[in-house]
Parts: sequence; C-alpha cells; structure tokens
Amino acid sequence: MSHCVVGGGASGGRIWNEKKGRARVKDTADSYVTADGRTIGGVVMEMKNITLRFGGVVAIQDISFDIREGEIRAIIGPNGAGKSSMLNVISGFYTPSEGEVWYKGTRRPQMKPYEVARQGIARTFQNIALFEGMSVLDNVMCGRLTHMKPSILSQMLWKGKAEHEEVANREMAERVIDFLEIQHIRKTPVARLPYGLKKRVELARALAAEPTILLLDEPMAGMNVEEKEDMSRFILDVNDEFGTTIALIEHDMGVVMDLSDRVVVMDYGKKIGDGPPDEVRNNQDVIDAYLGVAHD
Amino acid sequence: MPDQLLFAMEVTLNGLMAGVLYALVALGFVLIFKASGIFNYAQGVMALFAAATLVGIMDGQVPFSHLINAIFGTDLHHFGWHVPALLAILLTVVVMIVLAWLVQRLVMRHLVNQEPIILFMATIGLAYFLEGLSDLMWGSEIKTLDVGLPQGINETIDQITFDAFGYGFFIDNLDIVATIIAGVLVIALMAFNQYTREGRALRAVADDHQAALSVGISLNFVWVLVWSLAGFVALVAGVMWGAKSGVQFSLSLIALKALPVLMLGGFTSIPGAIVGGLIIGVGEKLFEFLLGPALGGATENWFAYVLALVFLVFRPQGLFGEKIIERV
Ligand SMILES: Nc1ncnc2c1ncn2[C@@H]1O[C@H](COP(=O)(O)OP(=O)(O)OP(=O)(O)O)[C@@H](O)[C@H]1O
Ligand SMILES: [Mg+2]
Repeated sequence: MSHCVVGGGASGGRIWNEKKGRARVKDTADSYVTADGRTIGGVVMEMKNITLRFGGVVAIQDISFDIREGEIRAIIGPNGAGKSSMLNVISGFYTPSEGEVWYKGTRRPQMKPYEVARQGIARTFQNIALFEGMSVLDNVMCGRLTHMKPSILSQMLWKGKAEHEEVANREMAERVIDFLEIQHIRKTPVARLPYGLKKRVELARALAAEPTILLLDEPMAGMNVEEKEDMSRFILDVNDEFGTTIALIEHDMGVVMDLSDRVVVMDYGKKIGDGPPDEVRNNQDVIDAYLGVAHD
Repeated sequence: MPDQLLFAMEVTLNGLMAGVLYALVALGFVLIFKASGIFNYAQGVMALFAAATLVGIMDGQVPFSHLINAIFGTDLHHFGWHVPALLAILLTVVVMIVLAWLVQRLVMRHLVNQEPIILFMATIGLAYFLEGLSDLMWGSEIKTLDVGLPQGINETIDQITFDAFGYGFFIDNLDIVATIIAGVLVIALMAFNQYTREGRALRAVADDHQAALSVGISLNFVWVLVWSLAGFVALVAGVMWGAKSGVQFSLSLIALKALPVLMLGGFTSIPGAIVGGLIIGVGEKLFEFLLGPALGGATENWFAYVLALVFLVFRPQGLFGEKIIERV
C-alpha cells in the first residue's frame, strides 16, 4: 500500500504556494540564503557510498548524499525503499555494511546509538518509542539527559548546584512544551494520550535535547489533515526559530514539497533523485517509481 | 490495657522490623527486573557472597587460600591484619561493583534480547557459580560477622513500655538498627531513582530500551549500575542477617522470603516491594501469634506464600501494578 501522491495533496498545494520563498536567492560556496530569510550553511553530515544488507536483502545500495546546516532535508520513496534504514544508519541504530558517515567534517567511527545521541543527533521513530509509563514532562526531561552531568555524588552532596542545573533543564523542557503547545497535558501519563499527541510528545523529547540534527521518521503518519498542518507548522517553526537542521521521512508529497529545501528519493534501496522539491517532482524516474512502473 | 493486645502490639512491632528487611531484599530483585526484565535467582547468593567477603576482608583472610595451598604446597591462610569494619564494608562494595561489571560483561551482555526464561536460567547458573566462588575464596565454614552492631534486648524500650503499660516490650537492638539502616537505604534508593540523572536513566531503560538509546543512555552502563545497586542491597541484607545468625549457606535462603513480597507488591514496583515487605512481616508474625499454637506452630515457614497466593488470585498485577488487560 502506498499512500503517496505526486504533485501535492489538497492541503499541500496551499502552503506550498505561500512558501515559494524557500527557493535560493543568494548562493555562495559555503552558504546561501533562502527567500524567506534563512541561512543554509555548509555540509554538516555526509553519507558516502552507504550500503546496508540484511542477509540477502539489500536495504540500501551505494547511496551518497549530504545534509547542510539549517536545511530541511526530506527522504522520500515508496514503502520498503529503505528510508527508515537510512535514518537508522544516521542515528547509529544500524551499522552500514559498507560506506562512511561524515559528521561535522570528520569521519565517524562505528558508534552505538547512545553515542550518536550524545553527539547531538536526536530522533523520533516511525512506530513511536516513548516512555509510556512516564508523564509528558518526564518524557521531555529525558530528552535533556545528554545535558545533565553524571553527578550522583554532586547531586547528593552539593544540592545547590545540582538544583540550579535541574532548574535550567526543567526550564528548557517547559519551553519546548510551550512551543509545541502541549502544556495542557504536561502531567498526563503518555500511555493515555491519543496517537497524534504522542507523535508531538516524541518530537518534544527530541527537541529538548537541543540537537544539531533532528531526524524525524514519518512525523505525520496516521494523522488527520488538521494534525498534519499543525505538525508541519511546528517543524517549520523549529527550523526557523532554533535553526535546527532537520532530516525527515514523509509519505505525503504535498507536505514534503511544502517543508523541504532538498529531497532525496529512494526506491528499492537505490537513490533515484536528489534536489530541490520542484526539480525532483518533475524527475521521470521519480514519477515512474511512484506510479509503479516496472523495473528493468 | 489487656495483655493480649500488648502482646499483639509487640508482635506487630517485631513484624514491621522484619518486614523492612524483607522489603530490602525484594528491592534487590525489583531493581534488576525493572531495568532488564531479568529475574535474578542469584540475589540471595549475592547476599551470602557479600557477607562472606566482608568477613574475609575484616579477618585478613587470604582469598583462595585452599586453592593456592593445594597447588603450591604453601600454608597460607591469613595476612595477619584486621581491617576496620567501615573500610572493609567499602572494600566489599568495590568487590560487588566489580562483580556487577563482570556479570554484565561476561554473561548478560551476550544474552541481550533473549527470552526471559533463558535469562532466568543464566542467573541460576550464576547462583551456583557464586556459591562455589564464595566457598573457594573464603572457605565454607560458618563464620561470625561482627561489624559492631549492638546486640541484645533494648532496655530503654523495655523500661519505657513497662512503666507505661506494666508490660515491657522485648525488642532486639540489632532489629532496631537493621530497621533504621534498611529504612534509610530504601528512602535513599527511592530518592536516587526519582531525582538523579542516573535514576532517570534507570527509569527510562526500565520503560523502553529503544527510546532510552535515542536519548543517549548506554544500556550497558545502566545494567552494570542496577547489578551494582542490587549487590549493595545484598551486602546490607547479608550484614543484617549474618550478624544475627552467622554467615553460612542458609543466608542465601533469605531470597525465598522476598518471593512472596514480590508476588504481593509486583515485580516492578518499588513502593510495592516496601509495602509488600511490611504486610508480609507483620502478617506472618501476627498469624503465628494468633493461630500458630492452634496450627502446631512454625506457620512463618509457609504463611507468606499462602498470603501471596491468595492475593495473586484477586490482584495478579500486584499491589501497585497497572491492571493487566488482555488485548484481543
Ligand atoms: N532489522 C531489519 N532486519 C531485516 N530486514 C530489515 C530490517 N530493517 C529493514 N529491513 C528491510 O529493509 C528494507 C527497507 O526497509 P525500511 O524500513 O528501511 O523501508 P522504508 O522505506 O522505511 O519503508 P516504509 O515506508 O514502509 O517505512 C525492507 O525490505 C525491510 O524488510
Ligand atoms: Mg520506514
């Protein structure tokens, strides 16, 4: 089942028209400014010839692409194309069979997911992974863990300093909660929330880490039109206000066209397109992939 | 006040104090189970091992002396020094942390994502291994443990209650100290769990491994941490029990006392372990007091299990567990 629509859905086109401004207006070697005034910097992450195999299945086949500072980078493709696998490689949950990951100009050695997280890469999951037994606030506070010092002793002995740190972390968590408009459920156990809100809490937790790169695996899957519009707005606002670099996977082409600066298109583990949305949208290979034209 | 009521009060008090210790042992299980889903069969043997190590260090015993003597024909047994109790306890804590690290590194690390029954079997193996290791390191004879805890009946309480009710309560000094220490430890563990960064990481791992990884938590670190904490709890329980009735194999059976507590309190709830421990402690003492004579005595051996079973029928999720709803 593929619920992707080439050329933008009803909701998509509208925002897209307002957002024509996301095209480049000034281009230099290392950075450019978009018409809506955001500065896109140099390459912060680069995937070089990544291949990922699971036994006989080749989930990713020799794919290279980069992510630039401050941009919203989309990864699209039909079901099973290998998009989530790519996100998992970036976040360290999968180890590529071949290829190199470069982050901030240096080659990244093989890393555990928690080490990647500590480097400033936060993520959400396609199938939501929240701390179901904790409240919303507690979940968001867990997103602050990378900013809390390992301080069993200091927290027990020097209570003052620890409290100061706790207060600072708490403030940041509350800011994120306000920003994503989930104040009314701060104390609610996550297990009781509806799906759409859970997705938003997961975004809040990732955001609370103040990540350099934010990875979102289908942040709008399973949402209704209204929820999708909210989520799109939040993603744009996060990018605008915090300057966070975002890589996201999304099936709704309308949304992708509205949000992203550049798009990577995957199909059967291969990269079949890469560029600004309107360019990718007119790419014949991409159209074929989405219309299910037989592969040769 | 009628005599029977005063007896009952004294019994209840004794029950509460026993209960705090049960709660402490049960906490050792809960810590590991919450964070890794492992039911640690070796918890009781860890208490034995910790107590034996403490005695060995205090007495300046040469570890593995039998083995060394057998191989090299030497005649080693003691270094000839005595280590003060406090320092010896610190050293034993270090030993328990090293043990935790080794268990994680050599055993559990290789069993990640295995069925719970496999993990359980691994801890059975660990229990027998530790028992053997304890004998090999420190010898298998019964040892007396004296870390300077007060012994005997508390005379002040005896006097005060005698003056007030005309009946003096017999309360063991050791029980009082044990209760205070166990109580402080339980509160400290709860505070640790709730308010420190590591405690938060621990709760996160207990809830969802994938999510925990994504916020930068090392699962290995947390698992070593919970095994260390469980080792520390085992040490405290081992010291209390060992001071009372000597360090010997039967010490490892205190784990059996924790099982009904867990059935009552739920395997994942810290408050459950505490309240469960108190209920069982008071329940078994009162039951023995009221019905023991009629039932031929020694009801303390089985009462806790029967209570837990009855409880299980009506609330299978334990005192504080979420209601289990089968999704179809
Ligand atoms: N852990 C794994 N073990 C084995 N095969 C896997 C694993 N993860 C992914 N795959 C396989 O890799 C391929 C790509 O899967 P992936 O989840 O990356 O696709 P996707 O593009 O995210 O699809 P969707 O749009 O359905 O989420 C599929 O054939 C999938 O079965
Ligand atoms: Mg996917």
